[in-house]
Amino acid sequence: MRYLLRRLGHALLLLVGVSVLTFLFTALAPGTYFDEMRMNPQIAPETVAALRAQYGLDKPLPLRYLSWLSSLLHGEMGFSFAYNSSVAPLLLVRARNTLLLTITSTLLAWMVALPLGIWSAERAGRLPDRLLSWGTALLLVIPDLALALGLLVFSVRSGWFPTGGMASVGFEALSPFNKLRDLALHMILPVMALVLSTLPLLVRHVRAAVADVLNAPFLLAALGHGIPKRTLLYRYALPAAANPLISLFGFSIGVLLSGSLLIEVVMSWPGLGPLLLEAILSRDLYVVIGGILFSTFFLVGGNLLADLLLYLADPRIRTESSAR
Amino acid sequence: MSTRRTFAKWLVALGVLHGIVVCAGFFAPYDPVEQDRKSPYLPPTRLHLVDANGHIHVRPFAYSVRLREGSFDQYEEDTTEPHPVKFFLNGARYGLLGFLPCRMHFFGAEDTRIYLLGTDAYGRDQFSRFLFGGQVSLLAGLLGAGLTLLLGLCFGAVAGYYGGWRDSVLMRFAELFLALPWLYLLFALRAFLPLVVGPLEAFFLIIAVIGAVGWARPGRLVRGVVLSAKERDFVRAARGFGASNGYLLRRHILPETSSVLLTQAAILIPQYVLAEMTLSFLGLGVPEPASSWGNLLSSLQQYSVLVSYWWMYLPALIMVPFFLGYLGLASSLQERGEAYKIEMSSLGGLT
Repeated sequence: MRYLLRRLGHALLLLVGVSVLTFLFTALAPGTYFDEMRMNPQIAPETVAALRAQYGLDKPLPLRYLSWLSSLLHGEMGFSFAYNSSVAPLLLVRARNTLLLTITSTLLAWMVALPLGIWSAERAGRLPDRLLSWGTALLLVIPDLALALGLLVFSVRSGWFPTGGMASVGFEALSPFNKLRDLALHMILPVMALVLSTLPLLVRHVRAAVADVLNAPFLLAALGHGIPKRTLLYRYALPAAANPLISLFGFSIGVLLSGSLLIEVVMSWPGLGPLLLEAILSRDLYVVIGGILFSTFFLVGGNLLADLLLYLADPRIRTESSAR
Repeated sequence: MSTRRTFAKWLVALGVLHGIVVCAGFFAPYDPVEQDRKSPYLPPTRLHLVDANGHIHVRPFAYSVRLREGSFDQYEEDTTEPHPVKFFLNGARYGLLGFLPCRMHFFGAEDTRIYLLGTDAYGRDQFSRFLFGGQVSLLAGLLGAGLTLLLGLCFGAVAGYYGGWRDSVLMRFAELFLALPWLYLLFALRAFLPLVVGPLEAFFLIIAVIGAVGWARPGRLVRGVVLSAKERDFVRAARGFGASNGYLLRRHILPETSSVLLTQAAILIPQYVLAEMTLSFLGLGVPEPASSWGNLLSSLQQYSVLVSYWWMYLPALIMVPFFLGYLGLASSLQERGEAYKIEMSSLGGLT
């Protein structure tokens, strides 16, 4: 239990650190959202100054950080100048979409990578294994951007999947089942791009971890006892290889989050990515900070989940922390 | 022995590819910013061996191309006269390696133009733009990786050698940087720097941003090496003879990190080329009319381009060998320096 509490405290500290860091970056920023107004002869300088004062942009940095913290506690996370509303509700909708994409692709990628990696580890050094490792190397060297654009070009030319957005025109009028189907169809391309971009990394690590374990004496003994191959692989070898893979699971969430930022923009999926990009271009300060903090939050959450899984999977960690 | 040979093989392959990009002016048939407003979105020029009359030619040739009647983006070949592909012919002026004035191009044709990858909306040759864009993207990757390694080396050496509070402060800071999804971090840094800048400034700005983001991982690796190196007997002996901290670091400890740094460089350079591509693709990087691999692809953000002009995607495929070369280099280096365990995550950190 103490182990988990320590991880939780660590995660919280990290979030605070990230928020301070992003605020420090803002201090370096030349210009604000209101700069364009200042250029406009129809808006009096006093108005701009008043606006700046209204949003507290004229206050020193520590004060700004404190007032942002208090607005965070009120569930607002600051104020978006471009959308003229508080940041949190804006981000929540987008974050939901991003999560939908990342969680689906994380699960899918692991569901493919585990059997594939084990299958290839079992045949280590033989032809199928070598073919697979060439395949993963090829996927590894195709840039995410090229992969996503390639999928787009392909689907536009074949017309198989809808490209762009999250819903068809007239989505509201559809029956619940058709709504789900429409959403799934729109998710195919971005999810495919994300899965393909993380798959090689996962397969390689699963293969390495399982191949490591397969040489262990206890597995040889189990084989000698006549335990079927499949049981051997999935019930004996996989749990023994689990620890590095669980850490990799936490890491893969971060990779997918970064990846989805780009994929969302390319495939115009209404997630955090496009919002963040737009906010950067218009210097919508608090939206940028909020977006980055949200993504860090997910990442930290993913790592915490991995820690929890590790705690459940490995008795050594449990006894270690309770003994202390 | 054999790993050394594969290392050399990959190095030569990369050298050839980079050589082509460095001598972009020679290998590119045209000026990358020269516009041909009469032929926007021209598909890749087709090279023939058999002409319209059924005669077989030894030398490949191209037909000149004209707009089809009543169309604005459909072209047809004028099959009256074949234009053979010529090598080493004179064309647009350029500076070889940036300064040697030169007019000779590797290939081209007289009286017609050969567009290997087609043209973009302004009728600029995509192939020439790819080569010149490669100069920008690859140099950004190279310099960015250099900056990161320099930062990582400094911080890692200070943390590892001096230890104490410096170590804990720097390593906490590194954890902070590692915790953020790095594309978001890249964006965050870019977000708070000036948006509208000239091409040259933008280039160096991007290098600074990309280079500053990634220092944490090499920093931690360097710290590990320094920690173990400073307890080695020859280092202690040198210290016993009265060597100063600076001398010890410079002469005995930092050379130990070279293998780690080399492997990290092979991993970081392609990653940073990708980072530059991503930023330029999204319009946060090198601005037009200068080309980079990122803004070469950015026209694909328009749906109409995606639908009608598929060849705008070709540059994305041609850059794959570059990344393949770096991956091969990195893995052969990793095999060679097995003693220095590379962090699990570093190979896959492409995103």
